[in-house]
Amino acid sequence: MKKLLIAIVMLASPSAFASGGNVHLDHADVDITDQASLQRGAKYFVNYCLNCHSMKYERWQRMQEFGIPEDLLKQNLMPSNAKPGDLMTTAMNPDDAAGWFGAPPPDLTLEARLRGDDWIYTYLRSFYIDESRPFGVNNIVFDKVGMPHVLWELQGMQKAVFEEHKDENGHESHVFKGFEMVKPGKMSTEEYDQMSLDLTNFLSYMGDPSKLKRHSLGIKVLLFLLVFFIFAYLLKKEYWKDVH
Amino acid sequence: MSEGVDLKKRRFLTLSTAVIGAVGAGAVAVPFVMSWQPSARAKAAGAPVEADISKLEEGQLLRVKWRGKPVWVVYRTKQNLEDLPKLDGILADPASEVEQQPASCKNPTRSIKPEYLIAIGICTHLGCSPTYRPDVAPADLGADWLGGFFCPCHGSKFDFAGRVYAGVPAPTNLVIPPHSYLSDKVVLIGVDGGAS
Amino acid sequence: MSALQNMVGWIDDRFPMTKVWNEHLAQYYAPKNFNFWYFFGSLAMLVLVIQILTGLWLAMMYKPDADLAFASVEYIMRDVNWGWLIRYMHSTGASAFFLVIYLHMFRGLMYGSYRKPRELLWIIGMIIYVAMMATAFMGYLLPWGQMSLWGAAVIVNLFQAIPIVGEDLAIWIRGDFVISDVTLNRFFALHFLLPFVLAALVFVHIVALHKVGSNNPDGIEIKKGPKGNRWSDTAPADGIPFHPYYSVKDIAGVIVFLMFFAGILFFAPEGGGYFLEAPNFEPANPLKTPVHIAPVWYFTPFYAILRAVPSFAGTQVWGVIAMGAAIVVLFLLPWLDRSPVKSIRYKGGLYKGFLAMFVIVFVILGWLGTQPATELYTLFAQIATTLYFAFFFLMPWFSKADKTKPVPERVTK
Repeated sequence: MKKLLIAIVMLASPSAFASGGNVHLDHADVDITDQASLQRGAKYFVNYCLNCHSMKYERWQRMQEFGIPEDLLKQNLMPSNAKPGDLMTTAMNPDDAAGWFGAPPPDLTLEARLRGDDWIYTYLRSFYIDESRPFGVNNIVFDKVGMPHVLWELQGMQKAVFEEHKDENGHESHVFKGFEMVKPGKMSTEEYDQMSLDLTNFLSYMGDPSKLKRHSLGIKVLLFLLVFFIFAYLLKKEYWKDVH
Repeated sequence: MSEGVDLKKRRFLTLSTAVIGAVGAGAVAVPFVMSWQPSARAKAAGAPVEADISKLEEGQLLRVKWRGKPVWVVYRTKQNLEDLPKLDGILADPASEVEQQPASCKNPTRSIKPEYLIAIGICTHLGCSPTYRPDVAPADLGADWLGGFFCPCHGSKFDFAGRVYAGVPAPTNLVIPPHSYLSDKVVLIGVDGGAS
Repeated sequence: MSALQNMVGWIDDRFPMTKVWNEHLAQYYAPKNFNFWYFFGSLAMLVLVIQILTGLWLAMMYKPDADLAFASVEYIMRDVNWGWLIRYMHSTGASAFFLVIYLHMFRGLMYGSYRKPRELLWIIGMIIYVAMMATAFMGYLLPWGQMSLWGAAVIVNLFQAIPIVGEDLAIWIRGDFVISDVTLNRFFALHFLLPFVLAALVFVHIVALHKVGSNNPDGIEIKKGPKGNRWSDTAPADGIPFHPYYSVKDIAGVIVFLMFFAGILFFAPEGGGYFLEAPNFEPANPLKTPVHIAPVWYFTPFYAILRAVPSFAGTQVWGVIAMGAAIVVLFLLPWLDRSPVKSIRYKGGLYKGFLAMFVIVFVILGWLGTQPATELYTLFAQIATTLYFAFFFLMPWFSKADKTKPVPERVTK
C-alpha cells in the first residue's frame, strides 16, 4: 500500500523522470527569426566548432536564408576551395579524431533536435575545471565529456561548487550548487551567455531548417481549410434537410 | 423526391465546394510534382566547373564532367582551323543557324577563342558520346575525313567544330555549353561569359 | 441521349460502373443516425491513401542501405524540393493512422459492431490492424536512427523467447546476428509491399460491411425494421443513401481531420517527442544503446504488457505470450460479449464501468510503455495488465449479468 502511495505521488510529478538525469537545464530563449543572432551563431560555429565537428547533412548555402549574402559567405565563412552548394564537412579525419578524443566528435547537424535547445545552451556554459579529466575539464550536463573547453579563452575557467548531502539511510549525494569563476576570460558573463545563445539559435535553425517556411505555410493551409469547411458544412446542412 | 428542395442553392454549394476541393487537391499536388525537380544536391553537382587548360597540347582533347555530362576541351591545330571552311558544302548547318551554342560562339570556329573548341560530348541523335577521331583520311571513315568526331552508335559524323555532316542520323550540331575564360589557363564551364 | 450518357452506356455494357456506383454509394442505405464516431472509417481510408502516396514518393528518394539510409532521410528533409513536407506528412500520417484506427475500434466496442452478423467484419478489421502494426514496425527501422535500430532489435529479440526455434527464427528474420544492413533492406521491401496488402484488406472489409450493412449507435438492424423511405419503397425506413448524405458529411469530417493533421504537420511534427523521437536524430550505432528506449506510442500498451510479465521456469516467453494474447483476445470479442443488446446506449452500469476501466487501463499501459521499467512502474503495469485481461475474460459474465434497457423499435436521433 505504501508503495502504491509513493507511486501515485511520483506519477503526479513526471519531471522526476525527465531524460538526462536530474540536472537542471537553463532555458534557451531561442528565436530563429533573429537573423543577427543566427549570423553571429554561424560565425562562432565556423570559427570554433567546425574544425572538429561537421555539419555534413547541410550545405553552406543554407545560411543565405538568414541574410548572409553569397559573397560574404565565401569570404568569411567557407573554406577557400568550397562551393556554396557543398556540404559542411570537416577536414578532420575521423580515425585521427577517435584517437585524440576517444570517439570522433559527433556531427552537429541534428544536435539541437537530439538534445534540445536548452541542453546545448546549458552545456556550452557548464564546463568546469576537473584535473582528473584528460583535457582538464568536465561538464555538468555531460559528465566525463571527451572534448576540451574550446571557448575557455572567451568564457574563462570556472570551478564547480558541490554540496555533499547525507540522507537518513547514510546515502551520500553530490549536489551541484553553482559555478565560481577562477580565471576570467575575454568576455563578461552576459557576453558569453549571449554567444552561447547565438550558437544554440544557429544549431536550432540548422537542425530543422524548414521550420519558418513550415509555420508560414501552415497558417495559409489552415485558413484555406477553414474556408473549405464553411462551404462543406453548408453543403452538408443543405442535403441533410432531407433527412428527418 | 425533390419536394421543398432549393435545387439552386444545392447546385451552388456543390459546385463551390467542388471547386475549392479541386483547388486544394491541385495545391497538394504541387509539392509532389516539384519534388521531382533537381534537388539541392543535383544543383550543387551541376554548378559551374573550372577546367585547367594550361597543360593541354595541340591536337589533344580534355574531358571535364559538368552536370554529369562529358564536356570536351579540344586544342585545335592551325591545320584543323584551316580545314573547317572546306567542309561547309557537306555539312547540315555550317553557319550554326540552329541555336546549339551561346551567341558568343555563333562563328565559323564555334568558340570564344579560335583554337579551343569547348563542346558537350553527347551526340545530338540519341545521346551516345562520339569518339575523337583527329586522324586524317583513315580507312574506316574515308579519304575525305579531315578529323573530327564519329559516333559509334549510329555513325553520325561531326567536324572539328562539332558541326554535323549532312545525311547522318544526328540532326543538329553538337551543343556548345555556356562558358567563360577566367584567365588564359582556366576556363569556367557553365557560366556564359559573352565574347572575350 | 447526350454524349455523356452514351459513354456511360458504352462502359456499362462492358463494366458494371453504374451498378457498382448504385450498390455501394447512391443506393447503399446506411442508418441515418450515425454520430461523431462514424467518421473514423472513412478517415482511416484517407490516411492510408496519404501514407501510400507520400511513401511512394519517399521511396523514390530514400536509400535502404545502412551506410546511406540516415543521410538519405536528411537529404529528403533538406535537399529535395518540398521533401520535408512529404516526409513530415508520412511521419505524422503514421501516428494519425493509429489514432484514427484506435478510435474506429473503440466505436466498434461501444456500439457492439462486432456482434452477429458482423463477426467476420470485425475479424477482417483486426487482421488489418495487425498488418498495420507489421507495416509500422518495419517502417520505423527505415530512418536508421538509434531508436529505429534498438526498437527493432528489442522487438526481433522477442522471437528469441520462443522455445527451441526462437534463436534461429530471430536470426532468420534479421538475416544476421544483429539488426543490420540486410535487415534494413528486407524491411524496406516489406514496408513497401504491405500497404498494398492493407489496401486489399480494406477492400475486403468494405465488401463484408456492405453485405451485412452498417451498425449504428442504437445497435438496431435497420434491415429488419419497416421498409420504405423517400428514396425507395423497398429500402429500410431508417436508411438514407450513402451518397450524397454521408459523402457530404464525411467531406466535412475529413476537413476537420485535416485541420488537426495540418496543425501537427506544420507546427509540431515531432508530436512532443512521441511522433518523432529525439534519439532517432542520431544515426544508428550498434555499439551504443540509448539511455532509454521505448517503442513508438502506438505500440506501448502492448510493450507494457510484455514487460509486466516476469520470466519464470527459465524462459521469458510468458511476456511474449501475454503480449500476443492481448491482441488475439480482441479477435474473440464477438463471442465474449453475451449481452442481449449491442449498443452501450442500452447497456447497464456494469458494462459501462468495465468499458470505462478498459479505456483507462489501455491509456495507462500506453503511458507506462513509454517510461523506464522501474520496480514501481512494473507493479503498475502488472495491475493494468490484469485489468486489461479481466475486461475480456469477465465479459461473458458481466455482459450477461448487466441490467440492460429495452431497445426501441426504430433508430433514435
